[in-house]
Amino acid sequence: MIAQNIGFWIIALMMIGAALRVVTTNNVVHAALWLVVVLSGAAGQYILLAAEFVAITQVLVYIGAVMVLFLFGTMLTRARIGAESDLNNSYKKLGIPVGLIMLVAMGLALTDSFGDERLPESATVVSTQEISDQIFGPYLLPFWALSFVLLAAVVGAIVLARKD
Amino acid sequence: MTVVLAEIPYWGQSLLRVLGGLVAVLLPAGTIVYVFLFKMMSFMQSRLGPMEAGPYGSMQLFAEVGKWLQKEDIVPERADARIFKMAPIIVLVSTFLLVAVVPFGPDAWFTDFETGIFYALAVSSISVLGILIAGWSSANKYSLLGGLRAAGQLIAYELPMVLAVIGVVIQAGTMNLQKIVVAQNSGSMFGIDAVGHPYVISQFIGFIIFMIAIQAELTQAPFDMPIAESELVSGYMTEYSGFRFLIFFIGEFATAGVFAMIASVLFLGGWGVPFAWFGWTSIDSIDNWMNFAGPLIMFTKMMLLVFIIMWIRFSYPRLREDQLQRFAWKGLIPVALGNIAVTSILKVVF
Repeated sequence: MIAQNIGFWIIALMMIGAALRVVTTNNVVHAALWLVVVLSGAAGQYILLAAEFVAITQVLVYIGAVMVLFLFGTMLTRARIGAESDLNNSYKKLGIPVGLIMLVAMGLALTDSFGDERLPESATVVSTQEISDQIFGPYLLPFWALSFVLLAAVVGAIVLARKD
Repeated sequence: MTVVLAEIPYWGQSLLRVLGGLVAVLLPAGTIVYVFLFKMMSFMQSRLGPMEAGPYGSMQLFAEVGKWLQKEDIVPERADARIFKMAPIIVLVSTFLLVAVVPFGPDAWFTDFETGIFYALAVSSISVLGILIAGWSSANKYSLLGGLRAAGQLIAYELPMVLAVIGVVIQAGTMNLQKIVVAQNSGSMFGIDAVGHPYVISQFIGFIIFMIAIQAELTQAPFDMPIAESELVSGYMTEYSGFRFLIFFIGEFATAGVFAMIASVLFLGGWGVPFAWFGWTSIDSIDNWMNFAGPLIMFTKMMLLVFIIMWIRFSYPRLREDQLQRFAWKGLIPVALGNIAVTSILKVVF
């Protein structure tokens, strides 16, 4: 077993533990902080896969922006200190089968496309420069399309927030 | 690279780099507090500042640290104790992660990260998380308001900071901080290579935007709305005492130092001197003594930039919350976007 595999299992177990705490804790800010642990674990996994650009983007977007905005929003509105009794509702039972279906679907998709095939050991590490060459070359059109989705979201947010 | 370091075993290099990281965070923090906060502020206010501890009060810092360490570590009764204790550590960890990509010499770096500046911008945003939960977990209205103000401000000023950096990245053609240093010192302006090509000249607008943005990121006056002592006691730090307050305090000035180092790497040529002075052609031909002179050059440039930050801090009154947000969103961000457009057009033309 190589060092990366050991690292993978340590981080994976930590992520699973933290993910369970996200749904079982009875304080909304604690749940958000456990989610930060899960997301930084994902960033760690990307580093182990030598995908530094994706890892840094994960930190910048999810921890630096999404989670901060999430905490900001909950603290402005309803975040109390201590346990809250009304965090869990009857939909909790629905979540378990949904999670299982997701797991099975993703597992099937992975095994279906790769099977027992081993990735070549000598696969060269894709550098950030190559990623940008790909994004701004062959994949320029999907990239633009995505930016329009973001633009639509921004316009929607302004429409919702404006009083007049 | 021809190196002294090459003769040291890997574990020794790693140990040196970790120790170097500690020094690179704590030494600037201590120097900044003594030179600027104790002495320069006092002189600007026509007083002497600390004079008793050591010659010219130079040992005052140790006295202060001792004072904080022996104070009781108080956690408010209704606070969320675990998170309350964790918050200052998150802020300090963010600073240590930040210094990891700053190069101090041709071989005196901690990590030679290909996407160094992108990494620096990403980990600097982690400190917002610490400040936000510090404000919330204190169970205090003033703290919560301070934390929310801090988060709003830091998010608003992170954008112009990122956009100002993009201009430099376009000019240098790399996100690696080491290569940005080399690009500036081996470049030339109008065929004159005696001064290299520090981006403070060609990216002057970017430099101004970056300096304003780090002033706000560090919550130094005139952007000190989150800790506005006349309205919010001291914002998210109100309930902290003893060594946890000390950690916040060190974090504030250590981050000031590290941000100033990053600014000097991006705009002032970092650890380097123009390579033409000594006939160096690339990073491999640099003499070994630069590994020792580099950190000193870097330190000098950092002190210069922190001097500007502190000068502004002691000179201008606080901005109001709406002025502060309007300044970022309607002033800095459009100018930064324009700067990127002009830079990329010029890059393609020349």
